[in-house]
Amino acid sequence: MVEHHAEVLTGGVWQQRVPGWRDLVATLLVLGVVILLGIGARQMVGPFVAEHQQAISLSPAALPSYVLRTVMRMLAALVASLIFTFTYATLAAKSRRAEMVLIPLLDVLQSVPILGYLSFTVVFFVSLFPGNALGPELAAIFAIFTSQAWNMAFSFYQSLRTIPGDLDEASRSFRASPWQRFWRLEVPFAMPGLIWNMMMSMSGGWFFVVAAEAISVGDVQIALPGVGSYVARAIAQRDLAAVGWAIAAMTVAIMIYDQMLFRPMVAWADKFRAEQTAAQIVPRSVVLALFRRSSLAGHVSGPIGEELHRIARAPLVIPWRLPLANSWSPPRRLVDAAWYGLLTAAAAYVGWELAQYARSALAWDDLKVAAGNGLLTFFRVAILIVLASLIWVPIGVAVGLRPKLTERIQPIAQFLAAFPANLLFPVAVFLILRFELSPRIWLTPLMILGTQWYILFNVIAGASAFPTDLREAAASFRVRPWRWWRKVMLPGIFPYYVTGAITASGGAWNASIVSEAVSWGSTRLNASGLGAYIAQMTEAGDYPRIALGIATMSILVIATNRLLWRTLYLLAERRTRLD
Amino acid sequence: MAARTEPRIIELRHVCKAFAKPSGEPLPVLKDIDIAITRGEILGLLGRSGSGKSTLLRIAGGLIQPTSGEVLYREAPLGGPAEGIAIVFQTFALYPWLTVLENVELGLDALGLPVAEARRRAMASIDLIGLDGFQSAYPRELSGGMRQRVGFARAIVSDPTLLLMDEPFSALDVLTAETLRTDFLDLWIEQKLPTKAVLMVTHNIEEAVLMCDRILVLGSNPGHIAAEIPVSLPQPRNRLDASFHAIVDEIYAILTSRMAEAIGERKQVHGGMGQLLMPVSVNRVGGFAETLAMPPYAGHAELGKIAGPLALEINDLLPIAAALHILEFAELEGGAIKLTAAGHLFAQSGTEERKRLFREHLIRFVPLAAHIRQVLDEREGHRAPRERFEFELEDHLNRNDADSTLRAIIGWGRYAELFSYDDRTRTFGLDLSGQ
Repeated sequence: MVEHHAEVLTGGVWQQRVPGWRDLVATLLVLGVVILLGIGARQMVGPFVAEHQQAISLSPAALPSYVLRTVMRMLAALVASLIFTFTYATLAAKSRRAEMVLIPLLDVLQSVPILGYLSFTVVFFVSLFPGNALGPELAAIFAIFTSQAWNMAFSFYQSLRTIPGDLDEASRSFRASPWQRFWRLEVPFAMPGLIWNMMMSMSGGWFFVVAAEAISVGDVQIALPGVGSYVARAIAQRDLAAVGWAIAAMTVAIMIYDQMLFRPMVAWADKFRAEQTAAQIVPRSVVLALFRRSSLAGHVSGPIGEELHRIARAPLVIPWRLPLANSWSPPRRLVDAAWYGLLTAAAAYVGWELAQYARSALAWDDLKVAAGNGLLTFFRVAILIVLASLIWVPIGVAVGLRPKLTERIQPIAQFLAAFPANLLFPVAVFLILRFELSPRIWLTPLMILGTQWYILFNVIAGASAFPTDLREAAASFRVRPWRWWRKVMLPGIFPYYVTGAITASGGAWNASIVSEAVSWGSTRLNASGLGAYIAQMTEAGDYPRIALGIATMSILVIATNRLLWRTLYLLAERRTRLD
Repeated sequence: MAARTEPRIIELRHVCKAFAKPSGEPLPVLKDIDIAITRGEILGLLGRSGSGKSTLLRIAGGLIQPTSGEVLYREAPLGGPAEGIAIVFQTFALYPWLTVLENVELGLDALGLPVAEARRRAMASIDLIGLDGFQSAYPRELSGGMRQRVGFARAIVSDPTLLLMDEPFSALDVLTAETLRTDFLDLWIEQKLPTKAVLMVTHNIEEAVLMCDRILVLGSNPGHIAAEIPVSLPQPRNRLDASFHAIVDEIYAILTSRMAEAIGERKQVHGGMGQLLMPVSVNRVGGFAETLAMPPYAGHAELGKIAGPLALEINDLLPIAAALHILEFAELEGGAIKLTAAGHLFAQSGTEERKRLFREHLIRFVPLAAHIRQVLDEREGHRAPRERFEFELEDHLNRNDADSTLRAIIGWGRYAELFSYDDRTRTFGLDLSGQ
């Protein structure tokens, strides 16, 4: 029984010492990324005066540097979102009283259209760093952050709430400190969900980075060097070729981003899956494999990993932590009552202030206009979801049932979901003008251009996860096609479909702001609707009406989520359980 | 091994535990528990699911605070998880993202050892438990038995004084469980483990008799100590020994006689409406009756003898025995079960005849079944909500038991075609044609 495995412990004597080709590639990759990040970061803190902005060049040669700066903003926002996630969601999961406030708040924050944040925060950020590019940069980063943070925080919170009881008890019985517990249990357990949501966030971020770089709120006109500004200028100049270049550059950028960041992360996070069964499809990444096999990378990252490991394992007990035993704390109900009282008072005060403000700035007619526009957009979203479902559900099922095809189509669907569809808008607008189509009808599909893919790839995932025995049973009983769809396949993929449709409809609402009112040079197309309303008011800098439009949209989104999607979700959960 | 003069490792005094029901009123789980575990002892906690034995183990581990009473670990009050107490979990509780080695090292985190020292101790523990060669594997690459070995290695790596084991072998198949049990006992007998005492929760009677120096039988509702049985057989023990069997039979006798007593008592009060039923499939009841009717049993068997060949643990066996007893197809006496005349008929008849017999006995001996049928017959539309009967039952039973009873009666009533039940609308009805 007592055998020693010294060679395993000392790090492996069999490892090659001579640098191999893998080391070379790995080194180049690391150096390249470091240098590029450095360049991007330096540009961000340069001097900035709103009146003397560097003009955006439409030359394709300028694009790589624009793409780099856009990617930098995305990364910065992602880091900010992670920090937000770790603090906000942890607080919500650990404190019952904080949870009462934080989670509904998150629900609302999530439903506020992302451009809404931009119009309200840009002035603040610009005034924070007068004369420095950091101000508008921060405004743009914040806007991207708002498109990424909420669902990541939700996912982390959900994970924290669903930590398996036995793992929780094990960590408690080993007397792990909160710090150890966080890094050893909570973060790893939440990792797969968090990475998935980071990828989703990224897609949302790409969409809005285009809008966040060319900021135009009232008389504030800012064009930060980046792909977004490039496209905005191309639209203003009616330069279809430049739009084409931007699309190409973005395609390359997203592919690189995917290969360099997300694929390695997903492959790495595979070990965090909580199920103890072997997965059928193990995610792989060339880049990760390269780094894992490169002995040089191992030597360099080894000590860093050890150090991180040591930090995560440090007991780090917070001295003022309340004692476990319920020895002296005041009655729970009393504290609860006080807390409720405080919240009610705060809500009443804010409500009163808002009402005062609204009464002075808005008329009843404004409310009617906003509501009418809201309904119009609501019907657009509903029709689009129905149409997209009719198209993509059968296709998704057909693909998902063929494993070979799934392997090929699934990455494409995910790429399409990540691609910022608003880059394609100018092309669509050009066509509408060219063929003199009605903007009210033909601008509508733009809303779902980017988000319909969520329906597709979720349905594909559902169909490929459909139990083989149930399919075989249906085949052997020769179930007829109509019944096969109604009784076998649709109920089987329903939970997946609902997940996809929720994302698609949320995305469509968000996209309405950029797709209901578009321009090509000096020509403006307006489809009317809540999105167009918000866009117009933003352009005019009419803050009370921006707020009204955003509030209307939030209420509509929350109402659909609560009344429609949550019901469907619960139904899906109940119906697909066997016990 | 358990001498009275040995010092007490852990002591539970008058421990009670109640959880809050959703309605806010307390649901008592444990009542007035007194346990003392002395040095060198393996103490077994034996009981059916729902007897609060896992809760008791968690109280001893400091994971749950008792509602009242005190826990003394080495003569000092236990305020939470303490150094020197380690737990082996039924579900292994391994961190899937950590390798075997890292999982074992986790048991040392709180000690704040230097990295090299932690690694050395983890490797020693891995070697001791027979996992050498697997240290870099992830749990999902291991079989159930190897996973639980990791669970053991992780528990003993911190040199615990007290080892708590929560049904450590029940998630494993029979052969694997036996190997692991034997390996553990070998280490324990040869005193290779630093551990001074073990508290083990189980619902497997033979396992308890095989491993423990003393067995506490827990009764349910709320959990209390029903009996204490010292096992003085020398280790290693032989399952085929007559003395081994005598103890197994004694435990069965204790469990079944208490159950038969409780059934008898409940029958006398409230017109039998407070009878607690445990959901068990009629197919299993029928299958058990058939086996019991055939040779070598010929209608009469010690539960300890029939459980083995049928591979039934007490969680499965007792509900079947209770159902047969309540329906008067069989009688429980001591640790034995004996088919009645009707029981013989029930065992030998075909599908239709068996159904008819079951229905007859259900109406006659389960007042609740007769009551539901009567209500449905009298009502216009012949429908009644489940809630109605829930309320009635909660006059006599606590909520969990009422729920268990209703689930049992729904299964039995459906089989007997006495009434129907629609789970979506939660209503009873008389739609027996299947439409």
